[in-house]
Amino acid sequence: MSSPRPFKTIGHPVRKIDGLSKCAGVTKFADDLVLPRMLFCKLLRAPIPHALIRKIDTRRAAKRPGVFAVLTGKSLPVPFGILPVSQDEHALCPDHVRFVGDPVAAVAAVDEDVAFDAMNAIRVDYEPLKEILSIEDAIQNPEPRLHDYGDDGNIHKKVSLEFGDVAKGLAGADQVFEDTMYFEGNTHLPMEQHSALAAVDPDGKLTVWSSTQTPHYVHRALAKVLEMPPARIRVIACPNGGGFGGKSDPFNHEIVVAKLALMTGRPVKVTLTREEVFYCHRGRHPVLMRVKTGVRKDGSIAAMHFKSFLDGGGYGSYGVASTYYTGALQTVTYQVPQYRFDGVRCFTNKPPCGPKRGHGTPQPRFALEVHIDKISERLGIDPAEWRLRNLQPANSLTANHLRIGSMGLGKCIEKVVRGSDWRNRFRRLPFGRGLGLACSSYLCGAGLPIYWNNMPHTGVQLKLDRGGGVCVFCGEIDIGQGSDTVLAQTVAEVLGIDPYDIRVVYGDTDLTPVDLGSYSSRVTLMMGNAAIQAAERARELLAQAAAEKFQIPVNRIVCAGGRVFDAGDPERGMTFAEAVVAAEAKYGTIGTVGSYTPPVSHGKFRGSGVGPSPAYSYSAAVVDLTVSPETGWITVNKIWVAHDVGQCINPVLVMGQVEGSVYMGLGEALMEEQVFRRDRHGVHKFPSLLEYKSLTTMEMPEVVTYIVEDPDPNGPFGAKEVGQGPLLPIMPAVANAVYDAVRVRVDEVPITPDKVLKALQSPSKRYGPTRIPEVTLPEPIRVPTPVEGGDGRAAGGEGERKKKPSGASAGVSP
Amino acid sequence: MKTRLPRKRKVHLRIRVNGETHEVAFAPHKTLLEVLREDMGLTGTKHGCELGECGTCTVLIDGEPQLSCLVLGLECEGMDIITVEGLADGPQPHPLQQSFAELGAAQCGYCTPGILLASKALLDEDPNPPRDRIREALSGNLCRCTGYIKIYEAVELAARRLKDPKAEPSREILRGYEV
Repeated sequence: MSSPRPFKTIGHPVRKIDGLSKCAGVTKFADDLVLPRMLFCKLLRAPIPHALIRKIDTRRAAKRPGVFAVLTGKSLPVPFGILPVSQDEHALCPDHVRFVGDPVAAVAAVDEDVAFDAMNAIRVDYEPLKEILSIEDAIQNPEPRLHDYGDDGNIHKKVSLEFGDVAKGLAGADQVFEDTMYFEGNTHLPMEQHSALAAVDPDGKLTVWSSTQTPHYVHRALAKVLEMPPARIRVIACPNGGGFGGKSDPFNHEIVVAKLALMTGRPVKVTLTREEVFYCHRGRHPVLMRVKTGVRKDGSIAAMHFKSFLDGGGYGSYGVASTYYTGALQTVTYQVPQYRFDGVRCFTNKPPCGPKRGHGTPQPRFALEVHIDKISERLGIDPAEWRLRNLQPANSLTANHLRIGSMGLGKCIEKVVRGSDWRNRFRRLPFGRGLGLACSSYLCGAGLPIYWNNMPHTGVQLKLDRGGGVCVFCGEIDIGQGSDTVLAQTVAEVLGIDPYDIRVVYGDTDLTPVDLGSYSSRVTLMMGNAAIQAAERARELLAQAAAEKFQIPVNRIVCAGGRVFDAGDPERGMTFAEAVVAAEAKYGTIGTVGSYTPPVSHGKFRGSGVGPSPAYSYSAAVVDLTVSPETGWITVNKIWVAHDVGQCINPVLVMGQVEGSVYMGLGEALMEEQVFRRDRHGVHKFPSLLEYKSLTTMEMPEVVTYIVEDPDPNGPFGAKEVGQGPLLPIMPAVANAVYDAVRVRVDEVPITPDKVLKALQSPSKRYGPTRIPEVTLPEPIRVPTPVEGGDGRAAGGEGERKKKPSGASAGVSP
Repeated sequence: MKTRLPRKRKVHLRIRVNGETHEVAFAPHKTLLEVLREDMGLTGTKHGCELGECGTCTVLIDGEPQLSCLVLGLECEGMDIITVEGLADGPQPHPLQQSFAELGAAQCGYCTPGILLASKALLDEDPNPPRDRIREALSGNLCRCTGYIKIYEAVELAARRLKDPKAEPSREILRGYEV
């Protein structure tokens, strides 16, 4: 970052435009909102994981003083769900509960205490069903089915894709390696509990404020379930007190308060308890994996076969996409010429899993990076060297038809290797201390929208004021990552003004153009490109007006430093505000729009919707840790991490995302587990912030962050994502460092002291799963690789991606 | 539907918040957190668990960081309470607020009020705390966004600025490391 930069605000550590408001406690989160005559809502949730509802008696609850409405599933019969292919949820379960915490009834009352007591006065008569609590259970018990859809019994989804000929590739390899690994589920744990407030105005418009990462999808779900025209519904996303993917689904409670507001004519608010947040979940899927890789003498990969089994919980959520994601990005870091992926997602009677930071890719990345560590060791190649030799080239197509643009992984590896003094320390530290390396890559937004259509994924609108202020409207929502600031900096850069002269209006389905939401690391790239387009269009109008005024060619006009001036004679110019006035006099009110649609993806086969992205970020990390051979206790000493962000928009925000990702990855590596008691009917083992272990300041090690910039032509100013990618290498780097320290393999996340001890005591010096379930898979969709001349279509025209008309619903690709 | 209110008696008391004495009526079982947020409109104090586990609702009571979800409003008569709304000096942000905003120590901003108050209590006691002391002082406050590092750096910068208002962060803090 030492080269002189041409940018004025891009690449600079600009203070977040809402930074001081957040530090003053002024920022209004959803639960901070209060309206006159507001009622409070409580949801009654199922205490058993699997049952039919025989009867719900709400009479006693309804009679209680202060209770205004009691609601059951009968009043909300229309199903919903984030993916068009899994519309399997109801706002309140009408007849079937599928996990402890599934909501069955709701009350609206004068205050929270009255609502709570009324909720407890509701009587529900359940007919318990067999509990399906694991992947094995789901495969062995096709009945009773959780849902009446899905590929087979309690198997929600089976996918099989083959690129090239993997059997032939494995047969021709010099050595074949195989590993079986397990990644336990974990949850987002945002500090803010979900909250929503609904109000109906007398003229018939419903407004819902919510802590959501995806106001657009909440808008759609409300219109569908309430059977109301979308034009009568306004969804306002409040700044999220942490999201990490946990506020990306439309939720029961959002629909319920809207319905209660319509029923009572009064505003209704709900705020979940911490325990309810654990049960809402939608977090990291538990995934059992097997990876089989054939390598040539020089260590390069000849072919790879990856299998994953996902424990999906009670509903579909993003699960079909998650399933594909466990097989999509294995090919974007190192060259894999022949590749096969088989994925199976099961329905189980546990809270639904969905997208958590890295969505479906941290689990296979863990398996892959540990697998490579083992392969390198067996081949006698330094694992950093192995990776540098086998990098997927920039500007290439992978075997599964993903288009790679800029690729800074080599630079990332070199930085962490040098920073950690890897070459002198790896495999040379005293017993008990170790270094581990791992790498990763992530999307900069999904190439296809959830609802397949031909419209842009994001839109930005600008309004220029005569006083020089610029109002930027975009449906994006800041979940802490700093997207409001990215938007202001982007517009400020193009117009040459101070970012603090910009007001950002975000996440409001009435006021702002659609942005699909803050997920899949899509916002900086997509919103950024739309903002550049809108700002360039505005700049063009100002430049035309200024050029006319100065009687010079328009291409000599420059907007910078709050002025609009002649590049040839900078003294000749006017203030930005004066230029707006001149433009407004010439053209009328100055407003412009910009939008962004990702490039068409190369793959055309069924399932190719998951994986393509306009660009891929890359990260590498080295973890230095100490393992006590007596207790198995792991102390992380230091982490070096390098991330290829394409072009840094704001280095303080980039480092914040990198450090936050390292923190969250380390929690997943060492302690975080979303697990349920089999012997207690599937209740959460520890739905509390004390017992669900996460890193405190006392466990968080020093982190050295290197920002690598390999600009991507598809990114705004070359920028790529940073919010999710740097989490991915942490778990495998910890596992690899544990091996370097005490020479045992823990092939399972989290790597807890008891597992380390068991591995130390076992003859195999390993802890982890050994077998995978038997499942009959469909014939794979066979797709020739680009090297074989494949054009992205399946062989013989089988498994074509279904073509849908604009606005239709069939996709599975967040 | 009945609209009759359940019988509930409110207590009436004076509490001193951010240097001002307020007269408040609230149900006696309410926690200080609820009184601040619901009865006084001071929503800057946040909640993460309401069980004393996360530190999000930290306020200062007589200068000590306390979890407002574990303190009854009733207990606070005659005590001096400082919330995030009382940190700034008029329009001038406290150096901690300034440095947290500048260094990205507040990402989503939800745990921030509690961490700012815990940090203020630390700096009031030790104007020059070493990194380990900061870690210890903040060990009861969970943050899911930052990984705590920017928070340490912001506390250190604020400590320096309390002595030298012109103190600036290092290049590594603003732009990352070189190798």
